[in-house]
Amino acid sequence: MNPLLEVRNLCVRYGGITAVDGVDLDVMEGERVTLIGANGAGKSSTLKALAGLVAPAGGGFTYGGQDLQSIPPWQRVSRGLALVPEGRGVFNRLTIEENLLMGAYHRKDSSALPGELDHVYGLFARLHERRHQQAGTLSGGEQQMLAIGRALMSRPRLLMLDEPSMGLAPLMVEKIFEVIRKIAAEGVTLLLVEQNARLALALSDRAYVMESGRIVLVDTAAACMENPMVRAAYLGDGGG
Amino acid sequence: MDIFLQQLVNGLTLGSIYALVALGYTMVYGIMELINFAHGDVVMVGAMVALTALQVLTGWGLPPGIALAMAVAMAMAVCMVLGLAIERVAYRPLRRAPKLAPLITAIGLSIVLQQLAALIWGRSYRSFPAVLPADSVSWHGVIITSIQALIIVLAALLMAVLLLLVKRTALGRAMRATAQNPGVAQLMGVNTDRIIALTFALGSVLAAVAGVMVAAYYNVGNYTMGFMLGLKAFTAAVLGGIGNIPGAMLGGLLLGVVEAMGAGYIGDLTGGYFGSNYKDVFAFLVLIGVLVFHPNGLLGSRAREKV
Ligand SMILES: Nc1ncnc2c1ncn2[C@@H]1O[C@H](COP(=O)(O)OP(=O)(O)OP(=O)(O)O)[C@@H](O)[C@H]1O
Ligand SMILES: [Mg+2]
Repeated sequence: MNPLLEVRNLCVRYGGITAVDGVDLDVMEGERVTLIGANGAGKSSTLKALAGLVAPAGGGFTYGGQDLQSIPPWQRVSRGLALVPEGRGVFNRLTIEENLLMGAYHRKDSSALPGELDHVYGLFARLHERRHQQAGTLSGGEQQMLAIGRALMSRPRLLMLDEPSMGLAPLMVEKIFEVIRKIAAEGVTLLLVEQNARLALALSDRAYVMESGRIVLVDTAAACMENPMVRAAYLGDGGG
Repeated sequence: MDIFLQQLVNGLTLGSIYALVALGYTMVYGIMELINFAHGDVVMVGAMVALTALQVLTGWGLPPGIALAMAVAMAMAVCMVLGLAIERVAYRPLRRAPKLAPLITAIGLSIVLQQLAALIWGRSYRSFPAVLPADSVSWHGVIITSIQALIIVLAALLMAVLLLLVKRTALGRAMRATAQNPGVAQLMGVNTDRIIALTFALGSVLAAVAGVMVAAYYNVGNYTMGFMLGLKAFTAAVLGGIGNIPGAMLGGLLLGVVEAMGAGYIGDLTGGYFGSNYKDVFAFLVLIGVLVFHPNGLLGSRAREKV
């Protein structure tokens, strides 16, 4: 396996606040990696730096062996680097289908789009029913489906998901994770940031734990689930 | 009844011009929440460029129709470059600055454009060469001049094309996506800088056409002509719901009609005390009314979400 993503000593600062403080992180081709950490640990900032939405204050990363730092965010998606942002970021006043087509905006092979749409509608039948509705009228769970489906429209090689289960009812969380498992089974490399550590670790190969901008633990997902610190802090395990 | 229909025709003519200009305000506002107060002066530049071009071209003996078409094309080209330059030089560096900074820049820019125009074209009123036939059709006592018909039809055509572009093409989707959430649009592969530049270019091209229309309609051009026109078009944009493209079209037409009706009836209503020269008041009464009773405009969304 080759590393698809190699992050080295990444730093992100907002004015005086250091949000990401020297993060090293690898994701192998085909791997599923989870990044967990408390609120404000710097998880979203890490993903944003990778997607190009914030400029790193130091360090950097290679993707597919290439340094993407000098490449603007809008050119990263065509290399297969896709981010489903925190809070979903659907375009409320575009229809479902227009949102999905935005996901394929960079693609030149427009003849493949109908098939691609069918693929996404196959994963999320609910989106198909409402495809001509404005995205702002969707429920939170449906919006999350849309955000994931939209990212899939870009044909990602590395799909980064920032808290896909945030604010969703348990049943909907289950549904979203089912789809994430399906996507992983299709061979898409995953970097997942998630508060629901139990579900995230269950589908991951490896995990990183982040605290105050630093990586404090790296291990296989299975080992993390047995780790007392992880159990206490992220799996709601009061010891034992 | 005759006066009503006649003022309706006059109002729709004027309203078509307001609508074209209002689109520039509303598109720029929609995409960067900036009121580009220099937009009215871009209209003026379009008018003055066309005016000069027409004088030169007809002086060379070109047929009026061809000369007019070429003059309009030149005005569009100059205004497009001007709009792109304004965005690049004046607004792009201020994108992350507090809201007041680009607003003040816009006002400064407006003054700069007017003074430059005064240097180039002088301060006196210049007459627009009469290249269009002065004939008209009369229908039940309502007179529609050929220039009125041309303005209404051309404006409707341009607005239809713009709506198609915005609603039906990938580029239009990218424009709407950028207006709603530029960061996420970038994640989708949209070069948002280019979309913003394109928005300025489109607005400026429409402004150029509107400038030629208004100068041809009133037979006159002057370096200050963009001020009042810009203010009224901005009012039209607010009336329709600023940021909303169909709203700007509706607001422009409505404002034109309100103003024409006001001008037509104000004498009767006030027993001759106020004349039709008070017509400008109506635009601003409408603006105040909208701001007080319906601040989001006729088609505006209740709250603008921002992520
Ligand atoms: N745009 C910003 N400006 C200033 N500070 C910011 C900004 N974005 C994030 N921060 C700060 O950076 C730190 C890390 O934030 P980040 O969003 O990366 O954390 P997170 O791990 O994703 O948290 P959460 O689990 O709450 O989503 C926090 O202290 C946050 O307040
Ligand atoms: Mg976060």
